[in-house]
Amino acid sequence: MTVMTPVLEISGLGKTYKSGHVALSAVDLTINKGEIFALLGPNGAGKTTLISIVCGIVTASSGTVTVAGHDHGRDYRAARTMIGLVPQELHTDAFETVMATVSFSRGLFGKPRDPAFIEQLLRDLSLWDKRGSKIMELSGGMKRRVMIAKALSHEPEILFLDEPTAGVDVELRRDMWNMVRSLRERGVTIILTTHYIEEAEEMADRVGVISKGRLILVEEKNALIKKMGRKTLTLNLAEPLGAVPEELAQWKVELAAEGHELVYEFDSQAEATGVPSLLRRMSDLGIQFKDLNTKQSSLEDIFVGLVHESGAAQEQAA
Amino acid sequence: MISNIRGIRAIYLFEMARFGRTFWTSLMLPVITTALYFVVFGSAIGSRMNEVSNVPYGAFIVPGLMMLTMFTESISNSSFGIYMPKWTGTIYEMLSAPMSPLELLIAYVGAAATKSVIIGSIIFATAHLFVDVQVAHPLLMAAFMVLMAVTFCLFGFIIGIWAQSFEQLQVIPMLVIYPLTFLGGAFYSLDMLPAAWRTVTLFNPVVYLISGFRWTFFGQGDVGIGVSMSAVALFLALCLGVIFWMFRTGYRLKN
Ligand SMILES: Nc1ncnc2c1ncn2[C@@H]1O[C@H](COP(=O)(O)OP(=O)(O)OP(=O)(O)O)[C@@H](O)[C@H]1O
Ligand SMILES: [Mg+2]
Repeated sequence: MTVMTPVLEISGLGKTYKSGHVALSAVDLTINKGEIFALLGPNGAGKTTLISIVCGIVTASSGTVTVAGHDHGRDYRAARTMIGLVPQELHTDAFETVMATVSFSRGLFGKPRDPAFIEQLLRDLSLWDKRGSKIMELSGGMKRRVMIAKALSHEPEILFLDEPTAGVDVELRRDMWNMVRSLRERGVTIILTTHYIEEAEEMADRVGVISKGRLILVEEKNALIKKMGRKTLTLNLAEPLGAVPEELAQWKVELAAEGHELVYEFDSQAEATGVPSLLRRMSDLGIQFKDLNTKQSSLEDIFVGLVHESGAAQEQAA
Repeated sequence: MISNIRGIRAIYLFEMARFGRTFWTSLMLPVITTALYFVVFGSAIGSRMNEVSNVPYGAFIVPGLMMLTMFTESISNSSFGIYMPKWTGTIYEMLSAPMSPLELLIAYVGAAATKSVIIGSIIFATAHLFVDVQVAHPLLMAAFMVLMAVTFCLFGFIIGIWAQSFEQLQVIPMLVIYPLTFLGGAFYSLDMLPAAWRTVTLFNPVVYLISGFRWTFFGQGDVGIGVSMSAVALFLALCLGVIFWMFRTGYRLKN
């Protein structure tokens, strides 16, 4: 992407629910045409609230949203026509058939009937064979496909996917990723939320992290992956150690669990991780271990780090 | 205000399809109810009753019977129509669609009112199997029927938005409208009541509606047609006002 055209501009967006809960405060975010943007954040961070405001389901307490130059309040028809939404929860009309509900969505958005388009859409989502089935007869994963078909039925230019792969099996997840890619090829802008780090890694061009209603980070994916590339190797020792032996000092290992565990942190993206040499040296030294495990520093860890940082920064500012 | 005609049509047809799924129950219920009323009121009691204001009792109860069913059907169909998407969560789609509130209203109320008019017509047709009913002002009668259907569907729409449980959904039609209609002269003329009770009855707004409808049949009612029409206009304006307020504030539709 050489030319960046903003397609969605959010500025100063705030939301305080009637309960008094502040779900969003002063969110500024610009999404460019054709990009895939992953919005990450712990439960209750405000992801769904943000998406719901943009889509017109929740009213903002402050701030503005502009969709391709159309104010989403004053010029809501133009703005909403461009947007498709797959909500987090599976809300469906149990008694409707797949075909009927998808055609309904197209009509609702003011588009003329187009059976050929709907057929292709259902085929792409492996729903064609189920077109005559009532939605309540479908499995959860199939229902999710139906939700996607509904969102795409009016050919939106911006697609919101609110946790599209929550509770979805590997195959459907892969299908979903393929679908997102092919949509992007057609120039559709995609904004998704997820709790799976692989998903953001696999799909997104940019990543935003939201915590307690604040957008605390917006970064290119590659930059974020660097931060998350750290892994920890934990070795459960057969015999506890009193101190780290001199010979292992170059790996900067640490002892944990009162000397029962040896912990080594390394960069999994690096050419030489240092793991094989460490293990070799340990066996030379006769340090035995019963078990080992490696752990990728998770998104959750990063959230916690970021949240603490931003929390501390706020306190300092106050 | 109105430009997404396809959107209106989509919801309207969706609602009509929903009624269609329960077509036979929807159809049989008014037929059976009407038949039962005619057996009990028309034949059993009616045979012992004289004419009411020169109209045979069997014919006399037809407008009241139609209104009674149409009021409750209008309210329950319309309130259910808008309550269901709220309850299942599918309302998200209506709210995210390029539809104005007025378009949503037209679609939901239009569909519910259509069904009410169909039911009213079925009762009217069924009644002919039992009695001979002559309508003095057919056009006015049809217009009144449509107006009543729309007004009570608007009222139902308000209840559907207001309700937060199925119980609340039932409460108004069953506990308020049904008794008010029953006591509102659906099956008797106010002249048949003792004076004191008649005065009390005049506080029941439904009296004016039924009286107006009966006027289109027989050219006479408990109150003048002008009074009836004013009552209808007032009720309609009230419902529209409340709905306008609900849409402006996003009352119980949006957070
Ligand atoms: N209708 C509501 N009334 C009051 N508070 C609400 C309402 N909806 C959401 N909230 C609160 O707002 C906060 C943000 O909720 P939101 O659903 O946007 O989070 P989320 O980031 O999507 O979380 P998750 O990952 O669990 O989906 C939460 O604390 C939630 O409890
Ligand atoms: Mg959410």
